Amino acid sequence: MIYPAADLPLSVALAVAFFLLVGAALALIGAIGFLRLPTFYERLHAPALGTSWGIGGIMLASMIYFTVSSSRLVIHEILIGIFVTVTTPITFMLLARAALHRDRTARRDGVPRKYVGPEERPNPEDVSDAS
Amino acid sequence: MSAVIIYTAVAISQFMLVVAMAIAAIRMFRGPRAQDRIIGLDTIYINAMLLLVTFGIGTGRVIYFEAALVIGLLGFVSTVALAKFLMRGEVIE
Amino acid sequence: MLPYPILTISLTLMWMLLNGFTLGHLILGALVAVFASWAMASLRPDKPKLNKWYLLPKLFFIVLYDVALSNIAVAWLIVRGRAKGRKAGFLTIPLEIKDRTALALLAIILTSTPGSVWLEYDSYDGSILMHVLDLEEEEQWVATIKNRYEKLLMEIFA
Repeated sequence: MIYPAADLPLSVALAVAFFLLVGAALALIGAIGFLRLPTFYERLHAPALGTSWGIGGIMLASMIYFTVSSSRLVIHEILIGIFVTVTTPITFMLLARAALHRDRTARRDGVPRKYVGPEERPNPEDVSDAS
Repeated sequence: MSAVIIYTAVAISQFMLVVAMAIAAIRMFRGPRAQDRIIGLDTIYINAMLLLVTFGIGTGRVIYFEAALVIGLLGFVSTVALAKFLMRGEVIE
Repeated sequence: MLPYPILTISLTLMWMLLNGFTLGHLILGALVAVFASWAMASLRPDKPKLNKWYLLPKLFFIVLYDVALSNIAVAWLIVRGRAKGRKAGFLTIPLEIKDRTALALLAIILTSTPGSVWLEYDSYDGSILMHVLDLEEEEQWVATIKNRYEKLLMEIFA
């Protein structure tokens, strides 16, 4: 077993450890919220913690670590970061719209309805209390 | 000293990510509806991707990065396909 | 010659990030990127009209800062539980931007921020339906989105 991290400066090691722990803690908190929150639409917000700065923290840690340990600029982790920040909103939006569609089809309570044409829309005066 | 700090941080964050995956798996088995299960799956593969990156830091090898990239690509496509199936698959018109 | 210059440049950069920064990979990656952008041009005819592209980094840093703040807020809410009187809820926001790229960018910004999810866009009256985790005051959310993001996006995609 080789130990490549043995000759790093202490400040770099502390920065890597900090970003790693922040990222992993955000992912864990997101998973806990995903288990604890009561309704589906609320649960949808919790994994976004892990996919925004959770990934960002761990990617930053990896970038700092490999840049310093191989003494050249290693930033290819940023590709995963960009890819995940662009794709996870798409999956969340699609899933939220699928859930909305299923709730509307099942006529569940507490879900805003869809107006198909202009003649179905309510008057502008009583739009504001639609929730 | 710095090796001890980095390996401790890697071990702690790997433990936290595994716990996060277990929690997401609980929600995936418990449901209650299909969309909850799909988001559980999504959370599991994102945490698996992060776990691979921390393995890369722990061993100092770059090969884990490519595995993480492949997991990210495949997971995105599968989640989109499942969401699309939920939206169109069971509607009887 | 080059229908999408930004796409071509970023594809070349991605190629070099994955394979290494050498002259050979620059030439090979640029070739692949040029052919890929031609393929893109035959797939999608309408091109995004970037007016003030130099404002894009400003938008990027604003979003980075807001995502960090809302990460802290949502993590706090999950750990400590919800404050009294707060609830999650749906929210309808009227928008003025019509440009498709700007709308897509706004959707990605709002959904990748923890605590708010874009649900659907109503093309009849140009309003969006959102779900927010901490619905304190509706007016505040509307004002934040309209002043902080929509104004900047309308300047970028004029």
